[in-house]
Amino acid sequence: MRVRARHPLRACRAANIAVLVLALVWFIPTLGLLVSSFRERDQILASGWWQAPLAAERTFRVRADAGAAVTEGGRHVIAGNVFANDADAAMPGRVKAFGVSSRAPAAFGTGLRADLVGGGSLSVGADGHYRLESPRAFGESAPTIYVRATMPPRFSLDNYRRVLADDVMVRPFVNTLAVTIPATVLPTVIAAFAAYALAWMEFRGRGFLIAASAGLLVVPLQLAFVPLLKLHQGLGIGQGLVGIWLAHTGFGLPLAVYLLHRAMAGVPRDIIDCARMDGASEVQIFSRIVLPLTYPALAGCATLQFVWVWNDLLVAKVFLPPADGVRVMTVAITDDLLGSHGGDWGMLAAAAFISMALPLLVFFILQRCLLRGLLSKAPEWR
Amino acid sequence: MPPLVMALMSILIGVTGCVGYVYFSNLVLDRVIFPASGQTCARNIGRANLVRPWLFLFPALAGSMLYLVFPFAGAFWRSLFDREGDAFIGFANYRALGADHVFQGALANSLLWVLVVPAAATCLGLIAARLTDRLRWANLARAAIFMPVTMSLVGAALIWKFVYANDADIGLLNAIRATLGAAGPLDVLQIPVWNSFFLMAVLIWTQTGFAMVILSAALRAIPREIIEAAIMDGADATQIFLRIEVPQIKGTITVVWTLVTILVLKVFDLVYAMTGGNFGTQVLPGFMMGVMFRDDGRASAVAMVLMILVLPILAWNIGQARKGGD
Repeated sequence: MRVRARHPLRACRAANIAVLVLALVWFIPTLGLLVSSFRERDQILASGWWQAPLAAERTFRVRADAGAAVTEGGRHVIAGNVFANDADAAMPGRVKAFGVSSRAPAAFGTGLRADLVGGGSLSVGADGHYRLESPRAFGESAPTIYVRATMPPRFSLDNYRRVLADDVMVRPFVNTLAVTIPATVLPTVIAAFAAYALAWMEFRGRGFLIAASAGLLVVPLQLAFVPLLKLHQGLGIGQGLVGIWLAHTGFGLPLAVYLLHRAMAGVPRDIIDCARMDGASEVQIFSRIVLPLTYPALAGCATLQFVWVWNDLLVAKVFLPPADGVRVMTVAITDDLLGSHGGDWGMLAAAAFISMALPLLVFFILQRCLLRGLLSKAPEWR
Repeated sequence: MPPLVMALMSILIGVTGCVGYVYFSNLVLDRVIFPASGQTCARNIGRANLVRPWLFLFPALAGSMLYLVFPFAGAFWRSLFDREGDAFIGFANYRALGADHVFQGALANSLLWVLVVPAAATCLGLIAARLTDRLRWANLARAAIFMPVTMSLVGAALIWKFVYANDADIGLLNAIRATLGAAGPLDVLQIPVWNSFFLMAVLIWTQTGFAMVILSAALRAIPREIIEAAIMDGADATQIFLRIEVPQIKGTITVVWTLVTILVLKVFDLVYAMTGGNFGTQVLPGFMMGVMFRDDGRASAVAMVLMILVLPILAWNIGQARKGGD
């Protein structure tokens, strides 16, 4: 009889805390981007995303509406609300202070009267209502009101709408799909044939080819760029979709062969031998036995390649023309958004989330396959 | 033609082409060239089986020859020529690189990246895998750690701008500093040498989840009897982890390490998006992109240097494959 006070591998409190810290550290940066993608540009600049659920203090200016001027008892009066532009907000802001010049934008508390330079006065209430009075007509240029107010938290889908509406991201999204799908399917199919030959066929130089596929795995892609661009131009492909498909296919092959070879070598030898005894041809063994048995590995391999190509910036920058038409998302985000819209954090965040959505989906659907693909029992490791 | 239609067409053509090729080439081999009938039947079957593997291998072989082996040779050859590619200048490109301070910085940074990032990501992933193994809320924790894996490095760079930003109203790090009472905001991406580590942290952040998921599955595949036997012998948790579990999954660790290293070699995206290679954070791929299209000879020389950097990993991988290959 075994007497165990405590299984030594049971998670202790320290493990719980350590994992909690780790998970938080890993999650918080993403949360920041997610929250920011629902905030407006000026809110992002005014307060940190961690303060998003709190009211933020903001200083802004409003030009009084000269068209709304009326005469009351010989005085010219403009009445309005400084939050008029935010009328659709669920909760209005609260004015803390106001002013009449940019040098002292919060010189007066609410309820006080500020004297205007040209005569007349201004008062602003806490709820944003203001009243300008002057003995003379305001004319074309009504005075500017400076306000410091606490604005309630506001979340909106505006960033997403803008990113999608401006065609900033829709076209690159389609382009990325167009680049990624063939660049995922082609290397997987080609590698499957090669992996089968490496795993289950006897021939001279097999050991060398297996070693070479592992060696090619780490050959830096950058090496290939200059000669391949030359080659593509020589073949008349130039920079474009066909070129990038071929490039991704070539670059993806070693990894696909490496993973699929491991998976296929894990198929029990008895099954293959039996099939051979029964007179099955190699094509039949491949398509009827090995392929169905290694289907998870194929899916896993494809997932990895998909995410890889989807997120690639380097190959896209080299093999796609710099023109607008066929830009992929990573290029659009780096060049377009980081460049010309630099500082428009909300829009950037929304764009990033749109680009993240599909791979995340693919990964969570095919996660099991991915693991099987990477962990399949090859002879040399468990 | 819209790009998506083109993509679907290409899949159709590519896949049917590849499958059709293997099917028909085998058919031709068995029926026409070496028919398994007549007087030379036995000899023909033997011959056909000698040729057949190469039919299966041909597309992949051609692809990797064309896209990896040939460029490798081509890049080496090109690196011996000058800017226009007309004059043979021997190793002058390499000598010029050796004297280039920017290159030296990029080389040092790249070395640092290749050493630090795979090691850190694999170790953290292993620790995370081990710690989450027996937790009740493991799936939640794993999801949080895994999420960055699916992001593009450009997206990751954006996320970390919200952490590193110089403005305490945007950057979390500076906000924390401000709360703790530090004077003035600090732009961590501009501190010499350390800024590289702050960039590496981003890549480690994206890769740890990948390592964790694979390693935790490998940990679970270890036969229970081994662990139970160790427990009976009085091993504690640390001993079991270091002496039994880690050696058992060494092969998987190699794979993870290799895959992360491959990614590190492409790290151009991250640096490009975060610092543009300024403030001494340039890495070799970024440096190479800078000289590419201007001086292909020089760019090719940089690629060769990059290749030399990964030679140890290459040798390690080939050794691993050899051990189990035959």
